[in-house]
Amino acid sequence: MNRTTLDLWVGFFVALGMAALLFLAFKVGSFSGAQIEHTYQLQAKFDNIGGLKVRGPVKSAGVVVGRVADIRFDPETYEAVVLLNIDTRYTFPKDTFASIYTSGLLGDQYVGLEPGGDERKLATGDTIFKTQSAVVLEKLVGQFLFSKAAESQDKK
Amino acid sequence: MFNPLAILRSLGSLVVNKIARLGHASRFSLAVLLNSGAILRRYPLTLREIWFSGVLSLIIILVSGLFVGLVLGLQGYEILQRYGSADALGTVVALSLLRELGPVVAGLLFASRAGSAITAEIGLMKTTEQLKAMDMMAVDPVARVVVPRFWGGVISMPLLAAMFSSMGIFGGWFIGVVLIGVDDGSFWAQMQDAVDFRYDVWNGFVKSFVFGVAVALIAVFEGYDADPTAEGVSRAITRTVVTSALAILALDFVLTSFMFRGTP
Repeated sequence: MNRTTLDLWVGFFVALGMAALLFLAFKVGSFSGAQIEHTYQLQAKFDNIGGLKVRGPVKSAGVVVGRVADIRFDPETYEAVVLLNIDTRYTFPKDTFASIYTSGLLGDQYVGLEPGGDERKLATGDTIFKTQSAVVLEKLVGQFLFSKAAESQDKK
Repeated sequence: MFNPLAILRSLGSLVVNKIARLGHASRFSLAVLLNSGAILRRYPLTLREIWFSGVLSLIIILVSGLFVGLVLGLQGYEILQRYGSADALGTVVALSLLRELGPVVAGLLFASRAGSAITAEIGLMKTTEQLKAMDMMAVDPVARVVVPRFWGGVISMPLLAAMFSSMGIFGGWFIGVVLIGVDDGSFWAQMQDAVDFRYDVWNGFVKSFVFGVAVALIAVFEGYDADPTAEGVSRAITRTVVTSALAILALDFVLTSFMFRGTP
């Protein structure tokens, strides 16, 4: 095997390997974690966070604007404290409403932000006061059964 | 006939031999690492070894990857459509290839295709006393023969595993989207949503790199340590394939338990 053909084959091999790696990185995977570089941190307190996980998405109008940084339990108020890392490109009004939704029937849970009309904006370390907890399926079913039972009792 | 002392003695010699071999292997690995500068000084040699263990393994890796992907596509679809979630086919194919099948199967194929060839080459050089001749001429056989082969294998293996996974995903896509008719958009979208670069692609790459180091080290050691007879070389080749396969599977378990713990 002469030297130039050898070089050619090895070059072809390495280029093919690199192409495969790039394909895996960009077409198959996504840089979901690395996309957001500069963030500021907000806090939100929920009565119940359901199945929300650290690194779960924070969405506004369906667009991912941040990630859940940390979830803690506040022993004073018995609430869940959720720290949110929000992309610095986006700012939200002081009276933004934070709720926990589920994407799809069995999908992951995420924090949805609905901006209010306040002129002042949320900054690092601020707390979102208007929150709505996750919908827990068992509670929902329980309420439904309870109201059904109450209805049938009324009829009697 | 029954002599407890003889049994004890044979047990003792077995353990002592194993420990001596382990020590020999560790010293050999250290010598390979210390002489690794040779790949820069003699890079044409390393280039030839990348050709030998990488380029020549291309066909078997690409074809096997394609077929593993085709089978994953068929089996994954068959199971997923029972739960009405055939759209997740891309996720299943990509995650199983990137995390496990790509590095492990490519590693096993690499051990039997390239590892055995490396052992045979070095073992035969030892049998025909070429290594001794080099030593006589004050050429270090570890730097001249072993190091280029070792690094050729280490460089080739992750690239081969990446190609294996890519071919497999293409095979799964071909079966799922082209032949069965899963929606093209949701196949890729669900895959991209589920596959994280650092968690899945990068961890799979690290796995294939570790397997490459293990296989290449086992192959060069078995060749260098082979008995200089025809039978000794054939035994060394068998040991390379068996030990590499066991090392890959054991390392895979250890790496998986460190890398994938349920929370990204």
